[in-house]
Amino acid sequence: MAAEGRPNQLFRNLNSKIASIPMILTALVVFAGGTIWTVIYSFTDSKLLPRLNFVGLDQYERLWASSRWIISIQNILIYGVCSLVLSLLIGFLLAALLDQKIRFENTFRTIFLYPFALSFVVTGLVWQWVLNPEFGLQSVVRSLGWTSFTFDPLYNQEIVIFGILIAGLWQGTGLVMCLMLAGMRGIDEEIWKAAKIDGIPTWKTYVLIIIPMMRPVFITTLVLIASGIVRLYDLVVAQTSGGPGIASEVPAKYVYDSLFLRQNLGQGFAASTMMLLTVLVVLIPWAYLEFGGRRKNA
Amino acid sequence: MSSVVVRDVSLNFGTVEVLKSLNIEVDKGEFLVLLGPSGCGKSTLLNCIAGLLDVSDGQIFINGKNVTWEQPKDRGIGMVFQSYALYPQMSVEGNLSFGLKNARLPKDEIDRRVKRASEILQIEPLLKRKPMALSGGQRQRVAIGRALVRDVEVFLFDEPLSNLDAKLRNELRVEIKRLHQRLENTMIYVTHDQIEAMTLADRIAVMRGGIIQQLDAPQAIYNKPVNRFVAGFIGSPGMNFIEGLVDGGDGKPRFRAGDAAIDIGRYGFENGAPYGSKAVFGVRPEHVAVGEAAVSMPVNLDAAIEIVEPMGSDTLAWTKVGGQNFSIRIESEKAPAVGDRIRIGFDPVRASLFDAGSDARI
Amino acid sequence: MHDPRSAAAAAAVMLPFEGPRGPRPRKALSTRNIFIYGTLLLFAFYYLLPLYVMIVTSLKGMPEIRMGNIFSPPVEITFEPWVKAWSEVCTGLNCDGLSRGFWNSVRITVPSVILSIAIASVNGYALANWRFKGADAFFTILIFGAFIPYQVMLYPLVIILREMGLYGTLWGLVLVHSIFGMPILTLLFRNYFTSLPEELFKAARVDGAGFWGIYLKIMLPMSLPIFVVAIILQVTGIWNDFLFGVVYTKPDVYPMTVQLNNIVNSVQGVKEYNVNMAATLLTGLVPLFVYFVSGKLFVRGIAAGAVKG
Repeated sequence: MAAEGRPNQLFRNLNSKIASIPMILTALVVFAGGTIWTVIYSFTDSKLLPRLNFVGLDQYERLWASSRWIISIQNILIYGVCSLVLSLLIGFLLAALLDQKIRFENTFRTIFLYPFALSFVVTGLVWQWVLNPEFGLQSVVRSLGWTSFTFDPLYNQEIVIFGILIAGLWQGTGLVMCLMLAGMRGIDEEIWKAAKIDGIPTWKTYVLIIIPMMRPVFITTLVLIASGIVRLYDLVVAQTSGGPGIASEVPAKYVYDSLFLRQNLGQGFAASTMMLLTVLVVLIPWAYLEFGGRRKNA
Repeated sequence: MSSVVVRDVSLNFGTVEVLKSLNIEVDKGEFLVLLGPSGCGKSTLLNCIAGLLDVSDGQIFINGKNVTWEQPKDRGIGMVFQSYALYPQMSVEGNLSFGLKNARLPKDEIDRRVKRASEILQIEPLLKRKPMALSGGQRQRVAIGRALVRDVEVFLFDEPLSNLDAKLRNELRVEIKRLHQRLENTMIYVTHDQIEAMTLADRIAVMRGGIIQQLDAPQAIYNKPVNRFVAGFIGSPGMNFIEGLVDGGDGKPRFRAGDAAIDIGRYGFENGAPYGSKAVFGVRPEHVAVGEAAVSMPVNLDAAIEIVEPMGSDTLAWTKVGGQNFSIRIESEKAPAVGDRIRIGFDPVRASLFDAGSDARI
Repeated sequence: MHDPRSAAAAAAVMLPFEGPRGPRPRKALSTRNIFIYGTLLLFAFYYLLPLYVMIVTSLKGMPEIRMGNIFSPPVEITFEPWVKAWSEVCTGLNCDGLSRGFWNSVRITVPSVILSIAIASVNGYALANWRFKGADAFFTILIFGAFIPYQVMLYPLVIILREMGLYGTLWGLVLVHSIFGMPILTLLFRNYFTSLPEELFKAARVDGAGFWGIYLKIMLPMSLPIFVVAIILQVTGIWNDFLFGVVYTKPDVYPMTVQLNNIVNSVQGVKEYNVNMAATLLTGLVPLFVYFVSGKLFVRGIAAGAVKG
């Protein structure tokens, strides 16, 4: 066989290559190609249609001069930090409580997770209704006798982003809980036994032993939540449409509006490139830790 | 003075009875091994003694104190686990001292204990390392050290050597024995490995199905197993069992199986020979003599060798007695070849007879 | 020979029989239990409240909504809002209700699920068992693509679809869903096929089976559970999508989520909250149904996608 020469490299594993054509096309054309295309066109003055008339960093200067964009960034920062911290905290707390060999564990888990099955649009609309100042939570508390009670986040520019946060947490913490619970269940039971023999209180075991052991789960969850935060769009559109005024604008909405409503492609490309940049800042260190580290161990 | 007393302990998970009214008394300084196949309840019993599992009924005493409702940390025990269960993000020193710090012991006392434990176990050079950087054997030493620093009377071991390879297992086995001789603590040790049990134990409790089958010194269990299960579980290679009939009369009992008739007049019956009943005759391969030595034995048989398994110093030769498989352990220099006809002999005094129905010793 | 059991019993007799015996006493109302169940119930309230409000509101008439508070159960149950939401409510010029969006979503979801899973399972199989040079590089790009904000790729895909003549059509959206579902699904299938015993694959090769033969006859029959997980993942994901629907389709073929948003957030006319909530519930019904029926598999689906990455 070998004497007759190796078969042409291109035709080795041919079926596998043919089968992989969709993946290759998606990876190269859409993901890599599309990303590069957008980044390149973010340096042009494209308006209604994309055109290759380079204007340097003009689009970015205009972007950062836009109050709408600044508000979007502020919002996503507030939402992001709160959402990260709270969903990790609540998710971990709920998982730890469910991990206590309690009764009705399945019922509780089902209740905590079902919002995750719902779309952001549904989530946003429900909470828009619950937080409606005229009929919702505020009016109910007022009708109970506390007449000066005020809680109308969706109509108050100062706190509207927290109204969205409440809905976002409602939808997403179930997932975090689930991941945390899976992580906890993956921990060797004998560690718990050893800690009990050593007389470590339960909460201390969680904080000093279990959490450090769950580091990989935390990192994965963090990346997952973070990539979800950057994409925050449907929820805002459904719950507030960016209002009141432009108080609850977010970057993803800025991109969509620039591209498809305001015929300002260059701005959309620049804004989406900024989003990409943020994600890379998070993603590259993580990929390095996750995969670079693994290689070292292997 | 008993160190650990288990009195009428039962444990049910729902309707499943895992432990059935167990009674054990462990003397101070005794090394007790709980031995049995997986699922027999041995680890469960150990967890009950440690207080990691609640008993459904019964009492547990440690050092004369009723600890049935006490927390594990207050029972005066240390425990070593199969998976080592070291805290991965702490150094060896941190692992050893964590429980003590938590109990708010003075710092110099903690240091003293850690120093002593690491000396005994020879892990001083490892103190600053993390468990990840240790070999399996080193990790298990650290795990033993964590029990040691607790300065307690009773050590519990839950299959501590099962995660190690064969060579390390033998080394650590000797080390545990040495540790026991030096510390003279009470030790309760769970294993499914009968060699570990035989070599380490002062007494062995053989368990099956949540019941203690036999609790006795290793030699007594080896020589006089109370039933067929214990007989088969202890000893390697395993005991030969021949199914047949107790026959004869007038104080001249015989055991018949196929064409073989074995004179069991010298066998020590528990309650006299049950003539006419079905029985199982058990004899260990190492108690069978061949050649010259066989002739002088009370029972003599002719045997054709069918299979030969060399095992190094000894060879296991397989033949048939009464039409049933029968193995003989022979020194390798005297090993027969396949097809040889040899004389085999044994002494019924060293054999065991079990009732065919109840499997109990008769 | 003494019987060790009776000896043990005899010695143990010296210890008192009274005192603690059996399981530790447990108080049902210990501080610990109050904390655990109290916290859990509090959160359960937070999670269930919106669902309850949705259901209650959708069963009330508008006068009752204006009078009472949103938490009180309906005095007079009416299904009119549901009927109206399904078949009468208007978006733009169309007044045939949310049923249009529902059927659009069905026509989008079914082919998208089939196409995306077919592509991804073959991809995963190729990556697991027939790795060729460079395959891992493409796979890495693919996985990175899962984290890239969609916004970056929105417009290039508009151009691609326009060139293919699919922009604004159902099939265009199907293609988009297949593309964006590919990273996670490929990962899912690759991990699953890698976890199958390699001997199986080798034995089949020795028996002379080829790429497609092994896939169809050996791998497919063994991977029913992972297909179910993938289906759950895709049905909920695609049904719940809003962004791609609004970008790549026209009002006539808008999926249910987009139509729902247009109905509820339309600025014209009097707000009919009961109809809005009925419409919202209707839209959430399909994923909720999938969730409650699939149970543990749903959890496994999201965990498989998330943790193994």
